[in-house]
Amino acid sequence: MYDPTVARLTYRALLGRRRAAILFVLPVLLVAIAVAVRAFAGADDGVASGVLGGFAIATMVPLIGVIAGTGAIGPEIDDGSIVYLLAKPVKRPTIIFTKLIVAVAVTMLFSALPTFVAGLILNGNGGQIAVAYTIAALVASIAYSALFLLLGTVSRHAVVFGLVYALVWEALFGSLVPGARTLSVQQWSLSVAEKVAGDGVVTSDVGLPLATVLLIGVTVAATWYAGQKLRALKLAGEE
Amino acid sequence: MTTIEIDHTSRWFGNVVAVNDVSMTVGPGVTGLLGPNGAGKSTLINMMAGFLEPSTGKVTLDGTQIWRNETVYKSIGIVPEREGMYDFLTGREFVVANAELHGLGDAAAHKALATVEMEYAQDRKISTYSKGMRQRVKMASALVHDPSVLLLDEPFNGMDPRQRMQLMELLRRMGAEGRTVLFSSHILEEVEQLASHIEVIVAGRHAASGDFRKIRRLMTDRPHRYLVRSSDDRALAAALIADPSTAGIEVDVTEKALRIQAVDFGRFTTLLPKVARENGIRLLTVSPSDESLESVFSYLVAA
Repeated sequence: MYDPTVARLTYRALLGRRRAAILFVLPVLLVAIAVAVRAFAGADDGVASGVLGGFAIATMVPLIGVIAGTGAIGPEIDDGSIVYLLAKPVKRPTIIFTKLIVAVAVTMLFSALPTFVAGLILNGNGGQIAVAYTIAALVASIAYSALFLLLGTVSRHAVVFGLVYALVWEALFGSLVPGARTLSVQQWSLSVAEKVAGDGVVTSDVGLPLATVLLIGVTVAATWYAGQKLRALKLAGEE
Repeated sequence: MTTIEIDHTSRWFGNVVAVNDVSMTVGPGVTGLLGPNGAGKSTLINMMAGFLEPSTGKVTLDGTQIWRNETVYKSIGIVPEREGMYDFLTGREFVVANAELHGLGDAAAHKALATVEMEYAQDRKISTYSKGMRQRVKMASALVHDPSVLLLDEPFNGMDPRQRMQLMELLRRMGAEGRTVLFSSHILEEVEQLASHIEVIVAGRHAASGDFRKIRRLMTDRPHRYLVRSSDDRALAAALIADPSTAGIEVDVTEKALRIQAVDFGRFTTLLPKVARENGIRLLTVSPSDESLESVFSYLVAA
């Protein structure tokens, strides 16, 4: 199911592009915010939760998920170099699964790790806040990567759609329309964090059982469907 | 011995028919797929390569369907026309990755790089390669698993004459070894120099099939039109029309030239200078007026 060569090519393509700069900028920004907040406001559980929930989980994780998830396959389909993977006796689902692993690893590295560091800076993991949001970021990394990898496989405008989902749906509709929150990777991952953190520090609109089912369901379904789409990927439509 | 069979295959994109009811068999040796740009050559190759589903009909490799069947890539090597190819890798890294995807190791990659004579630049990034070098590395990536079928889409595009010669030599060798080699081109001379068998595609249709002599004859036997200016147009016209190789002559007063329709190409081309010399006429302009590839090909379709 995992092909080390596909993984190597994906890593290098992902981290070698200019777009990858965002992968470095956002975590640095988060840590900088954490340092500033700690310096001015001191250690406070509510403030720490606000920064991690409001910036790290709501903005940074989905953005990094978009970059890593779509970037793991989209550019290769765009410039046609995916031909060199497809013209091989390698099962299509293996290619997708490998790219998912890479996207998940990159998203986790660039979102969960800085979330943990920022949490430690903000209040020294008081009330398990740093750990809780880190777990939320880890969980969200998996689902976002799967979703955006699928998007990168089916659409040439994956980054745009990904940003619309991450910023408009999750951030805007999520805060205005209560129902939208049920269909939000962010809320599902927060539901997991809720169980870890101290009382009332992290809240989610979705119960843990439903969130777990949806997280697993979306990840599996998106990955399976991306494999099917890759099997029937039409490389030529230009003529 | 490996054969690709295309059986009553069509492919359309929306309302546009790119390939229209084509049937052909591509066997061992070098086959040239000839046709003007936009004729459907790439669409056809993409269907043979398993990158495109036929709208109707079947494309098979030794009887097994190619579309949605990744096992065929054990015996097919593909040199795509598009340039995208992991430019951030070195040539060696690229070919090694291709070998690994076939379950092979460094040895296979080195052998393929040696075959295309790219060892000298194998440690440079692909982004620094010239067009011809990229083409050769693509070729190495396609040869790495020693495939019995090689499909090349416009492989000579952008190559200089020396690189072209080298690649032709390599493809000839592959064909002589009993591999099934198919390449597309819109240049008759390229196909004629290399292919033992030619398939002509025009406007999505299979226009002709055979060895280059047959295709060449089809192409040269059509009526040719020339625009000729001379020191004495009317005397030249009178002398030419007496010969059966000339079917018609028009004196174009505004252009101050003769428009000549020749039916026997070979005979006419030797006749014209001879007649001019014998009658003391100087030829000022002799230019073929319908030599565009499209007109040559459309004649073939009608034939």
